[in-house]
Amino acid sequence: MTTVVTDKCSGCRFTDCISVCPVECFHYDEQMLYIDPRDCIDCGACLPECPVHAIYEEADLPEGQEKWVQINAERASGLPSCTEPMEPLPGAEERKAALGY
Amino acid sequence: MDDAGTHAQPTRRKDGRDAARNPLRIAIVGSGPAGFYAAQALLRSGRQLTVDVLDRLPVPYGLVRHGVAPDHQKLKSVTTLFEKVGRSDNFSFRGNVTVGRDVSIADLKDTHHAVVLAYGAATGRSVGIDGENLPGSLSATEFVGWYNGHPDYRDLDVALDTSAAVVLGHGNVAVDVARILAKPAPALASSDIAAHALDALGNSRIREIHVVGRRGPVQSKISPKELRELGGLEDCDVTVRPDELALNTESRAELDDPRAEEAQRRLQLFESFAIPSRGSVARRIEFRFLSSPVAIDGDTRVRGIMLERTRLCGKPFSQHAEGTGEHYRLEAGLVIRSIGYSGLPIDDGVPFDVDRGIVPNVDGRVMSRGTPLPGLYCTGWIARGPRGLIGDNREHGVRTAKNVLEDFPEDATRDARPGIAAIDRLLAARGIRSVCMDGWRRIDESERGRGQRLGKPREKYTCIEEMLEHAAEPARS
Repeated sequence: MTTVVTDKCSGCRFTDCISVCPVECFHYDEQMLYIDPRDCIDCGACLPECPVHAIYEEADLPEGQEKWVQINAERASGLPSCTEPMEPLPGAEERKAALGY
Repeated sequence: MDDAGTHAQPTRRKDGRDAARNPLRIAIVGSGPAGFYAAQALLRSGRQLTVDVLDRLPVPYGLVRHGVAPDHQKLKSVTTLFEKVGRSDNFSFRGNVTVGRDVSIADLKDTHHAVVLAYGAATGRSVGIDGENLPGSLSATEFVGWYNGHPDYRDLDVALDTSAAVVLGHGNVAVDVARILAKPAPALASSDIAAHALDALGNSRIREIHVVGRRGPVQSKISPKELRELGGLEDCDVTVRPDELALNTESRAELDDPRAEEAQRRLQLFESFAIPSRGSVARRIEFRFLSSPVAIDGDTRVRGIMLERTRLCGKPFSQHAEGTGEHYRLEAGLVIRSIGYSGLPIDDGVPFDVDRGIVPNVDGRVMSRGTPLPGLYCTGWIARGPRGLIGDNREHGVRTAKNVLEDFPEDATRDARPGIAAIDRLLAARGIRSVCMDGWRRIDESERGRGQRLGKPREKYTCIEEMLEHAAEPARS
């Protein structure tokens, strides 16, 4: 069991999740955030924080999204750690609206 | 004392003039997540400062050690981060020091520039019904402290010689309580559950656990993950009465909100429990909704609890439960209330909001009659009430730290304060044996060693004397 960021984050990168992560397990690239499963303790604090509900527990991933478990694990380890909230990406609000939130 | 806490020296300007800048001395009361996240944020600022964390117990980490369930070891591994903070220069820990008794807030303020209260919410709220004080009626704080080996609750008498238990409350702590009561003892044996609790639970006669909430399944605060875990318990059924899952229009509206994914998932899980009990299992957990406790009955001990059926009233997202006048009784020899925690006042020198059980504050600055008290701050549950997960304290700690640093700007001159060295002298004079970070590491190592021999991550020491004994430096031969 692990917690994963899905592609709903891509293009938004709101980082509301960052302030409540107890173990600083989020990493980022220019598109989105990723969770390092080796650091995440599955506390679930980030889940309700995401404005676009991009974060899921593995067991709750919508169909077709299972690949994100591996993507998070692979991408996170090589990327810088995100320890403080950042400005959302340009166009994040529009994308949020387009996602229905 | 062997901590590095006193090493920050005044900085001198390069021009050599004696314009020493005295390091900012900050004391933090409480070494749970709130205290450690505040400490981390302060130490990360890069400012010239020292952080001294005090705790009334000889051991740190608060509810991570004594609250998080023993079968949730992954969650407990958040202490890795606290250990890292504990190794910082300019950090020191003093356990076994009760602020308000061994040292006063005034002592801390005399020796430090700022004091941050992070001592949490130590007591379980009461329901305020008859029979609540009968033997067999406990708060979740007591029960959780008992199975987690908290020194205050190690001798608690938990009535497990009964066939049914009632847990009041529909939050994650209520689910922890139900799960620990329901799990076969061998399934807990490899956790860091206290030995006395493992023994007692191994002889438990409890077969039925009713988890009772005032509102409906949509308003429950239980995380889907916790529910899923319950559903997977060995030799245990989880049931819900289908009629109690019927939703009113307002609850449907709450579910239809696009942000209600978690509530939808939770409802799906409750619905999956609404199937006939298999009947052949050792134990059963039953969720009861729309039921409010009226009175606990019994002569010399708890025998049962009277509940009143409720209905939901009000607008979506602010529905509350109102009594219908219809009652039913559950037979149970053990009633555990898990309806929230409350903070306690610490010292006459600190204002306290009795109704809310918190220290009154604005963004972590302690307030007295509408004005901030200089140098006094708070964070975590004692500041905002007992809500949120471990990580929520991080956000709060960062904010409080920011305000402390804002109130003591880097370029401002300030008087020198002695910090922890002076507190150590006070403690020595008052005959208090405090435990520093190295002392805790010795306790930790010894607990892990004991645990290893039993196939557990650790076997905790549960009495203060034992802790102090193992904190002491080994005698040189």
